[in-house]
Amino acid sequence: MNAMSEWETVIGLEVHVQLATKSKLFSGASTLFGSAPNTQACNIDMGMPGVLPVLNEEVLKMAVKFGLAINASINSPTQFSRKNYFYPDLPKGYQISQLDNPIVEAGFLEIIVKEGKKKIGITRAHLEEDAGKSLHEDFKHLTGIDLNRAGTPLLEVVSEPDLNSAEEAVAYLKRIHSIIRYLEISDGNMAEGSMRCDVNVSVRKKGNKELGTRTETKNVNSFKFVERAIQYEIKRQVSVLEAGENVVQETRLYDSQSNETRPMRSKEFANDYRYFPEPDLLPVLIDDEFINSLKDQMPELSESKTKRFVKDYQLTEYDANVLTVDLNFANFFEEVAAKSKNPKLAANWVMGELSAFLNQENLTIQETKVDSKKLGNLLNRIEDSTISGKIAKEVFEEMWNTGSSPEKIIETKGLKQVTDSVEIREIINQALDQNPTQLEQYKDGKDKLFGFFVGQVMKISKGKANPEQVNKILKEKLEE
Amino acid sequence: MLIKDRDLEQIAYLARINIDKDYFPSLKQELESILDLVKKINSADTESVKPMFHPLDLFQPLRKDEVTEKDEREKLQKNAPLSQAGLFLVPKVIEDQG
Repeated sequence: MNAMSEWETVIGLEVHVQLATKSKLFSGASTLFGSAPNTQACNIDMGMPGVLPVLNEEVLKMAVKFGLAINASINSPTQFSRKNYFYPDLPKGYQISQLDNPIVEAGFLEIIVKEGKKKIGITRAHLEEDAGKSLHEDFKHLTGIDLNRAGTPLLEVVSEPDLNSAEEAVAYLKRIHSIIRYLEISDGNMAEGSMRCDVNVSVRKKGNKELGTRTETKNVNSFKFVERAIQYEIKRQVSVLEAGENVVQETRLYDSQSNETRPMRSKEFANDYRYFPEPDLLPVLIDDEFINSLKDQMPELSESKTKRFVKDYQLTEYDANVLTVDLNFANFFEEVAAKSKNPKLAANWVMGELSAFLNQENLTIQETKVDSKKLGNLLNRIEDSTISGKIAKEVFEEMWNTGSSPEKIIETKGLKQVTDSVEIREIINQALDQNPTQLEQYKDGKDKLFGFFVGQVMKISKGKANPEQVNKILKEKLEE
Repeated sequence: MLIKDRDLEQIAYLARINIDKDYFPSLKQELESILDLVKKINSADTESVKPMFHPLDLFQPLRKDEVTEKDEREKLQKNAPLSQAGLFLVPKVIEDQG
């Protein structure tokens, strides 16, 4: 028996989402990524004496939209608190965050797992300001500080410990990612740090009610790394417990190069943040009018889109889920479906051939080399029997590589399907003449050879004979 | 409530303040009297009092999401003892951040 199966894993995630505002949470400085150091840090971001924070209205809208998307309550008034700690990239010596009455509380979302749907609770989502960046490499005995990111709005989304495997944690993260992209409240770019994840993991013997001691792994910045960091932590904790030792409650770091987590050096009092209400900010009132106006602006989210795709396009729920994970991908599919008038075929091509080419070149749907109009046109040529599905793949590859239209490729390469029954009859005669032995066997009752003849016909026609017509005429011919 | 030397050292460390040991007795006395006052406040009957978010009966004004600040790096970096290539320079910190 696998030793791991005696153990149960409990995971909770804290996801930091950088909100896509133009200006900062409490100042009018720009939030653009990648500018020259400290050119987007004003005196408020730098914590100069005498300055006062003023809250960005757009941030409230974004947080409320997120709350509505995860079926949560919106707290009004909501309030800000100071979280105190010293670090050079935090110029004020405190971070303005939320402790009591966070803007979003008690929501949930659903993830798809092997057994079906699973509800994952979201304890809260609160607003806070990001810190600056420390650059340790470039200076001897000194650290460089860039405060451009200081004060950028973050929404920290805290899940309940409802996740029980690395796969579930990644499914949950992908749902959060999908929601913030659909709502257009963040670009969700994990490589640039627009979405960062802290992972809380503990293990316990199956059947135990009490939670095991947990560790927190900080700043894991890709779906793959989240999966690996959790798998590593589970293995490590189980082996610690099986050796009769205790898991130490601590903060750890994931090293993607060695694929392991290791403890961070932490000071004895490091976690005493001495929160208190932020005296520079008044409580924030979020009235029903504000919330209702945002309800009207809510886009169709992936869950309702999935349901609509199943109903309107007769897709399977699985296919609909794949198509709706990413908003741009879903839109692309709908454009192809509208153009081709055969949604099932459009779904197969978008998820199949197109995705394969995108993945191969590591491109997003926005960077596709075959646009929705051209793909729609290609599918129409299958539909009207100009070409077969097999030939269409050849045409698609050519479209991808040259940017040419399907019509032009079919024309210049002479790929048009043979639908002329006289011509097909001729090819069939040729196939029968070339294979007298098999013809004899067929007539003696070896029905299975029908497929062989179809294959021969397709070969002679270089795949261009219309398969339905070939089947029909061949049958007539053999029964003569 | 009694404050121990160790408590005082911890508070001083968290606030990054250096305190001369000579001041410990008087500081402890002052802090203890503050805590006594807090204790007194905590014991007040607030059963029928509506919780308050803020001493002022006002709510936070909001600003539009607009970039209103321009780059003042040069001016602001004059306040720093050390800067280079646009970065503020501080003594090396390799402590893992919280």
